[in-house]
Amino acid sequence: MVVEGLTKSFGRQNVWQDVTLTLPAGEVSVMLGPSGTGKTVFLKSLIGLLKPEHGRVLVAGTDMVNSPERDIYETRKLFGVMFQDGALFGSLSLFDNIAFPLREHTRKKESEIRRIVMERVEMVGLVGAERKLPGEISGGMRKRAGLARALVLDPQIILCDEPDSGLDPVRTAYLSQLLIDLNAQIDATMLIVTHNLDIAATVPDNMGMLFRRNLVTFGPREALLTSDEPVVAQFLAGRREGPIGMSEEKDAATLARERRAALPYPERVLAPQLEPSPGLPPRAGAQRRRERVLAMLPELPEPARAAILRSYAPVGGAVS
Amino acid sequence: MTVADHRPVPPDPAAAPPPPPVAPPPSRWLAPLRETGRLFALAGTVVRDTFRRPFQLREFIEQFWFVASVTILPAALVSIPFGAVIALQVGSLTEQLGAQSFTGGASVLAVIQQASPLIVALLISGAGGSAICADLGSRTIREELDAMEVMGVSPIQRLVVPRVLATMLVAVLLNGMVSVVGTLGGYFFNVIMQDGTPGAYLAGFSALAQLPDLWISEIKALIFGFLAGVVAAYRGLNPRGGPKGVGDAVNQSVVITFLLLFFVNMVLTAIYLQIVPAKGA
Repeated sequence: MVVEGLTKSFGRQNVWQDVTLTLPAGEVSVMLGPSGTGKTVFLKSLIGLLKPEHGRVLVAGTDMVNSPERDIYETRKLFGVMFQDGALFGSLSLFDNIAFPLREHTRKKESEIRRIVMERVEMVGLVGAERKLPGEISGGMRKRAGLARALVLDPQIILCDEPDSGLDPVRTAYLSQLLIDLNAQIDATMLIVTHNLDIAATVPDNMGMLFRRNLVTFGPREALLTSDEPVVAQFLAGRREGPIGMSEEKDAATLARERRAALPYPERVLAPQLEPSPGLPPRAGAQRRRERVLAMLPELPEPARAAILRSYAPVGGAVS
Repeated sequence: MTVADHRPVPPDPAAAPPPPPVAPPPSRWLAPLRETGRLFALAGTVVRDTFRRPFQLREFIEQFWFVASVTILPAALVSIPFGAVIALQVGSLTEQLGAQSFTGGASVLAVIQQASPLIVALLISGAGGSAICADLGSRTIREELDAMEVMGVSPIQRLVVPRVLATMLVAVLLNGMVSVVGTLGGYFFNVIMQDGTPGAYLAGFSALAQLPDLWISEIKALIFGFLAGVVAAYRGLNPRGGPKGVGDAVNQSVVITFLLLFFVNMVLTAIYLQIVPAKGA
């Protein structure tokens, strides 16, 4: 999945411009960004729900921006999308919601549909609630049901819009593990849009950050997690001091005043990435990533390089 | 993946990147024209998708039943006094002119050609269209329609087409009912209240009215049903910002439909009177 020079505006207001990145196949990527930087808009542009003015989004050879509607509809079947609050159909029960893509796109028998749906329901921990209507369950459950529906067609690309919002920390941790396990099982390319630091620190192979109408950076997780770029550092530290203000940007005077008064950000500890649950196969994406990242090692800044070498080093040894 | 993608942007927080050249925003004066164009585009898509398999029979029946159930009773209740008013008005006019024997014909023409399709239009857009608009609008802001599109299912084919067809069918059937009830109301008031002669009232029907009058009435109802459905769907699919936007959209859809229907009615009536010669002329 390749994104090239994507630019989107609403009327006079430019959301972001010239976003270029490649989501490596089978790997998990996270797009960070303060609220209101167009993360959701970015996600919707990838699936062709919104049309950016410039640039291309290539998915399996189809340009999701400029291709005819028919091709876009075909390509969308490769996607599983989890929307911010689930986007379940209010008139259908959870079971029917999750079965919807199967009934729509496959000719499976009802018994088989039932088996697949219950499997997914179990996966997201909603057993017992599958006969309820979306209006009768909590926001977190709606989200998980939305994820189950996104997974039911075994998509090759999974997009998650803020999987954590409305979930407690424990459920967020379970969800993070679920996403990694999924990736191990079906080797899907995943993009998670979030501003949750726990997810950002433990789930992805690659990270990017949107700020001030630009893709600040996109690369291996170590590159962003060790970055000393002010925007990234402030965001990861979750502090007020830095270029991000309440309404997106700060003026220079405030910044200078802060710089005099500010304490340094606390030292960041690079948390290890989550591994698939015991019993699952190793992630094929992680294998590919290892070669890819090691090949690009000389290009990366020193702290990132050191972190990558540390993470790939076998216990007590070093990568030659 | 190319290596260049990983190079971080030089840290330079002070200098915000210049906004890219954005095309000048489209003129506000052209906005109504643009909206009209998109409305027509939706109408075209609805017509095209009507013939696309699989037809959503279940949704169609549900919507048909819903629209019919909210419109039948009000339509009947409105058409009785409407037929009566026309009968009384025409009755007193013909009495002044000394043409009482044509009271029946004149009032039945007025009811079938004008009153009935308009009553149907008002009820379909006011009761059925507003509900359709609110339903689609709330689904749009809950991202249900986005989700549907992402799953490769066209919301127009799946949701809008059955609704538009349902409003069209209900409009045609309702028009028949309103014509009958309105005519009966007119008969009752003319014969009972104004001491008209039942035989003369009924004979007037065939003296002035003819079969094409019935056709144009049903054609009007069909077109009004289509317009009401498409306008309601259009506003419902494009609400502006949040739940408040849905309320505004419903409001606008009813007003727009009213304006549109009265205008279309005028055009259709003018065309009909031109191409179909009046009886006996």
